[in-house]
Amino acid sequence: MSSETGKILTTDGIPLEESLKQAEKKNKIKAFLLVAPLLLFLIITYMIPIGDMFSRSIDDKMVTNMLPKTYKAMETWDGKELPPEEVFEAFYLDYKILVKNKTAGKLQTQLNYEKNGFKSVLKKLARKQKKFEEGNYKEQIMKVHKRWRNVEYWRAIKRRAPSYTYSKYLKGVDMYSNEDGKIVQVSEDRRIHRILWIRTVEVAFFVTLFCFLMAYPIAHLLATLPMKYSNLLMICVLLPFWTSLLVRTASWMILLQQQGIVNDFFVWTGLVADDNRPEMMYNKTGTYVAMTQILLPFMVLPLYSVMKTISPSLMRAGKSLGATPAIAFFKVYFPLTIPGIGAGCLLVFILAIGYYITPALVGGASGTLISNQIAYHMKSTLDWSFASAMGLMLLTGVLVIYWIYNKLVGVDNIKLG
Amino acid sequence: MALPKYTEPHYRIWHYFYLLICGCVFFFLIAPLFVIFPLSFNAEEFLVFSDGMKRLDPDAFSLRWYKDMIYGTKNPWGLAARNSFIIAIFATLGSIILGTLAALGLSSRHMPYKGLIMAILISPMIVPLIISGVAIFFFMAKVGLAATHLGIILAHIILGTPFVVITVTATLSGFDHSITRAASSLGSSPYNTFMKITLPLILPGVISGGLFAFVTSFDEVVVVLFLAGLDNTTIPIQMWTGLREQLSPTILAVATCLILLSVFILLTAELLRRRSERLRGINR
Repeated sequence: MSSETGKILTTDGIPLEESLKQAEKKNKIKAFLLVAPLLLFLIITYMIPIGDMFSRSIDDKMVTNMLPKTYKAMETWDGKELPPEEVFEAFYLDYKILVKNKTAGKLQTQLNYEKNGFKSVLKKLARKQKKFEEGNYKEQIMKVHKRWRNVEYWRAIKRRAPSYTYSKYLKGVDMYSNEDGKIVQVSEDRRIHRILWIRTVEVAFFVTLFCFLMAYPIAHLLATLPMKYSNLLMICVLLPFWTSLLVRTASWMILLQQQGIVNDFFVWTGLVADDNRPEMMYNKTGTYVAMTQILLPFMVLPLYSVMKTISPSLMRAGKSLGATPAIAFFKVYFPLTIPGIGAGCLLVFILAIGYYITPALVGGASGTLISNQIAYHMKSTLDWSFASAMGLMLLTGVLVIYWIYNKLVGVDNIKLG
Repeated sequence: MALPKYTEPHYRIWHYFYLLICGCVFFFLIAPLFVIFPLSFNAEEFLVFSDGMKRLDPDAFSLRWYKDMIYGTKNPWGLAARNSFIIAIFATLGSIILGTLAALGLSSRHMPYKGLIMAILISPMIVPLIISGVAIFFFMAKVGLAATHLGIILAHIILGTPFVVITVTATLSGFDHSITRAASSLGSSPYNTFMKITLPLILPGVISGGLFAFVTSFDEVVVVLFLAGLDNTTIPIQMWTGLREQLSPTILAVATCLILLSVFILLTAELLRRRSERLRGINR
């Protein structure tokens, strides 16, 4: 039989194979078109802005843009001795514009980061430069403050020339690159970020652990009780789950305050004296207690959905073969719940590590986490590039955990309610 | 869960101990919510149970904070509630439409790069809110949508769609595709097939995803904190400000209303879940 006649044709004369391929392709395009609107929307409004955070975090054009003439004039300066007259003139002209536009303050702060004591020198120059005469700016500037004769200050300006920097990332782990370009740690009393990172991981870890210890028994109870009881008890898990986060935080603020019910209870039982009520809010205790209660449903639900699928006859079989209840539990039941434990723990851990609202309200100074620092830089200091850098560091951590989650459990297995 | 008669005593003790632990955890989960309820009827300004309340003296209870919530001078709650509902409703609609379409595409077996696309679509749920907030704020500021309702609605669509995608995909996992093919072979147009066959069957999943999206938007504060101006303050923003500055019982009145709302949403979600399981034949 020749290959020509072997081909099966459809009614319109096209080979079946080809026709199927076309249909397949059509279906592929159809499926993709359905996903496309959301995918495009997310890419434009979400993925690209996150990428934008990266360019923002390494962006360092602020000083470069403020001193355009200076940096042009500095190109030929080797940085060994004091710069020539052109650099002084260019700096004077740039700075004059900044003072006129009332933006000199930003430059002062930025250069002060680079070299301590720069701020006062620049402030003095801002006052004196109004009386400057034309020509010989080098002399005039050096007369304003003796530090202008120190080449270190001019080198500090030159160091800010590149438009890109990874200094924000170094700052995020309490390091900086010093005058010789070496990466060193900041002085001990200023190492705040590393404490925050450690605390964030610590809080996330312990909250996950507490959630696990509390969720395991109740998930087991919910999974083994008859439907009519377990449905009722399930409300205890689901109602907090659906209730506003702020409402739950507010209730903890009421409970944990010094005249609050928890303290009243301790006084009533005689554990603490009335005039010596412990501070349970605005510190780590508050963060732990409130976050554990708030994230507990996220641990119970995956555990429950796994335990529900475990047949009770397995435990009975174990026991009938001579295992004590404890051995039957650890050898039979517990290993079967591991997928649920993995899902719950990683879910809670990921949520906890990026928590913001609750620590900000009940955490006080010793209970705030890295997210609070990010928000602080976004809203108060307006150091957006630093906020972006820390955000991306946090995101990297979360993505690593998420990757593990995907390997262990699979993203498709996330279950809600 | 009654124990069989032959249970040994130490196991019996262990069992009651286990029940006690479970009871404590359930108490820990649910009790904090019930503190708010009586305190919102406090006649006094403090957030502690007054002596009168402990004696159940009727004079110690009042509705003044509810009145303050509704009629109070410089009352921010009316505007906040209106904004919250407008934003949440539009964000839910947007999430449902985009999310359902995407879920339909994703559950088709012809979909290329399924894993990667799924990962992108649910990423807003995994990425910490604070980072989403920063990124979305940069975007909205760039396109001039910061401090507008539209900006916040778009932001909440981003955060809400993963829930719709997940719930609808789950509903579609038990979906028998031969019935849509049957409809097509009987001459139904794709639109008609979707409206008359597919949609009614996946509706429970769509609505429960929509509920998630609604609650996400209605309760969302981190992203709104970055985006909102004075005109688009929402209930969570007002509560946040109130909790930070001065805990007034008015907040508790609002909180009580929010708890009632969540009870309503919980009941709806539960009914839908059961219906969906029944339709998919999962119920045991």
